[in-house]
Amino acid sequence: MIDRKPSLAVWKFASCDGCQLTLLDCEDELLAVAEQIDIAYFLEATRATVEGPYDVSLVEGSITTAGDMERIKEVRRQSRFLITIGACATSGGIQALRNFGDVEELMRIVYATPSFLSTLDTSTPISDHVPVDFELRGCPIDRNQLLEVISAYLAGRKPAIGEHSVCIECKQRHNTCVMVSHGTPCLGPVTHAGCGALCPTFHRGCYGCFGPAEQANVKSMSGALAQLGVSPDEIQRLFHTFNAWSEEFRNPPVQVAAPTRKTP
Amino acid sequence: MTHRASGSRALSTGALARVEGEGAMHVEIVDGKVADVQLNIYEPPRFFEGFLRGRGYAEPADITARICGICPVAYQMSACAAIEDALGVTVDGPLHELRTLLYCGEWIESHTLHIHFLHAPDFLGFDGGVEMAAVHRPLVERGLEVKKIGNQILETIGGRAIHPVNVKVGGFYRVPSRRELEPLRNDLVRGLEMSIEIVDWVSGFDFPDQEMDYEFVSTAHPTEYPIMGDRVVSDRGLDIDVAEFLDHVEEYQVEHSTALQAHLLERGEYLVGPLARYSLFSDRLAPAAAETAQRAGLGPTCHNPFRSIIVRAVEVVHAFETAIAVIDRWEQPAQAAVEVVPRAGIGHGVTEAPRGLLYHRYEIDNEGLIADAVITPPTSQNQATIEHDLWHFVENHLHLDDEELRQRAEVTIRNHDPCISCATHFLDLTVVRE
Ligand code: SF4
Ligand code: SF4
Repeated sequence: MIDRKPSLAVWKFASCDGCQLTLLDCEDELLAVAEQIDIAYFLEATRATVEGPYDVSLVEGSITTAGDMERIKEVRRQSRFLITIGACATSGGIQALRNFGDVEELMRIVYATPSFLSTLDTSTPISDHVPVDFELRGCPIDRNQLLEVISAYLAGRKPAIGEHSVCIECKQRHNTCVMVSHGTPCLGPVTHAGCGALCPTFHRGCYGCFGPAEQANVKSMSGALAQLGVSPDEIQRLFHTFNAWSEEFRNPPVQVAAPTRKTP
Repeated sequence: MTHRASGSRALSTGALARVEGEGAMHVEIVDGKVADVQLNIYEPPRFFEGFLRGRGYAEPADITARICGICPVAYQMSACAAIEDALGVTVDGPLHELRTLLYCGEWIESHTLHIHFLHAPDFLGFDGGVEMAAVHRPLVERGLEVKKIGNQILETIGGRAIHPVNVKVGGFYRVPSRRELEPLRNDLVRGLEMSIEIVDWVSGFDFPDQEMDYEFVSTAHPTEYPIMGDRVVSDRGLDIDVAEFLDHVEEYQVEHSTALQAHLLERGEYLVGPLARYSLFSDRLAPAAAETAQRAGLGPTCHNPFRSIIVRAVEVVHAFETAIAVIDRWEQPAQAAVEVVPRAGIGHGVTEAPRGLLYHRYEIDNEGLIADAVITPPTSQNQATIEHDLWHFVENHLHLDDEELRQRAEVTIRNHDPCISCATHFLDLTVVRE
């Protein structure tokens, strides 16, 4: 064992700060964690910074500027383990909706003088730029999963985080299926577990904030949604939210059997 | 690398810490006078207003929440208020009360985080909350406990603390029963006691005398201390319907920032947030909050930005009392949401994020799709005032060496709890002395 405390750094790219805030939301564990590890760089929480290298870097946010493309490489060089936290870092986030359209147009809608801005026309996940050791899902990530990942890396073991779907979590919680019983569109069958099937527990369909589950069958999901009478446009929008740029959700097949009730 | 005040000088630092998001501050001093102050927000733009076009009317509640992980409920509430206005829907009674309760959770969580992790360390000379905990562990633990109770409200009603899943246009997906809220009440009562202690603690800090000449702007509700409402008022006579907001407030772009700035037409810069709400409506605080404010030495108004930490603490007391009152009155409604039928329309919504007034406007077409969206967050509105405060501060403290000037200038910024994630949709400090 090394006798110095392992160091942790938290980095922010294009994001809402919600995922790194999850660390401060570990109210019961925060001070204990801070005793075991050296929080070497976490600007949201402290002005004190320690020079790298860092044992574990948590990276929030996506790459949307040329400067950030360079910065992430430096973060990688300084980090023994690099873990991405959340949908922005793992799949490009909601801001990746620009990847499907014209970023110039988006700039003009928001800014009078777009020429002052320097931004790329895409928002891309960290793994497009540097090797990533582990990707933690969610928009935002789950607190307990975050603690599990940090302790696993500090102990030198693999995080115990399953790759199954929200559907399985619903069954574990004995939820009634919102899709079967209420005809509510739900992305649970194709969405990565981790939230504990939060939305169905609150009587709403999953909107996929944890991104695609392992082996997500997006095609049959689209078919099932179409059968509920969800229009192709709506199906597209359902997939195109916080993980729109993930490979699985990027081009959902929406041209499946037209729903009967939509015929004029 | 310290230059003295006599000549002209230049300072620069790395990223400014303990603010939400990323930015920098640039100060130029020429011949011993402040020549320029800029709040540079380099948070990369995310273009929310752009890609909201063409989305369904039900979507902004979840999408705009992702503008800011620190105040997602504010985004959800302003979005719903604006869309409900466009669709001619009124959400009142228990559903309004439940929204108030959820919002109280966010105020408690966000204010308590700012007080303990972002602001108090400045007064007590620590780099951050964790460092402060090494010396004042019980104080930080109490803060974390209060913050956690705020999060418990958010989790009980919203499902999770960050980006709650239970909010929708018209109300909620699911409303809790009395029995589900009951356990929360005990924690709230404990939280109320601790929040009063926190006011007493922070009011003992050493505050510089700095009375600023702000125009205070806040949401107004007919009877309540402003959390949600339908008018916008100021202490200098502005009193408008939310629909007139953009007739009076102009957003403009400055070259040094990816966040738009805002000012009142023909009146100039203004301030939103706790100081504004308090100074306009301190007579509407719940009883314990009013009493604690008085004990803390706050008058009916507060113009000292450093004392905003006391006002935030008083608002936490108010939020606990309000939350307890909602639970005591709670009767579970039969419907979790008012029925909503999409139609074409334009709607406006304002609510009070912890950092101040948050305005949304949506234009919806007859298929229920969004044709246009405008979002004006609190930090955009406060940016010009923050720059002004900084100017004032630096001008009066030119005798300090660069390092101290930089540190204290940062405090001037943190007084307003700027949220940069919101505004681009913070901080590096450079001081140039020539
Ligand atoms: S993944 Fe979601 S919660 Fe996390 S930073 Fe991005 S927008 Fe925020
Ligand atoms: S149910 Fe789906 S949308 Fe809801 S929190 Fe879980 S992963 Fe996110």
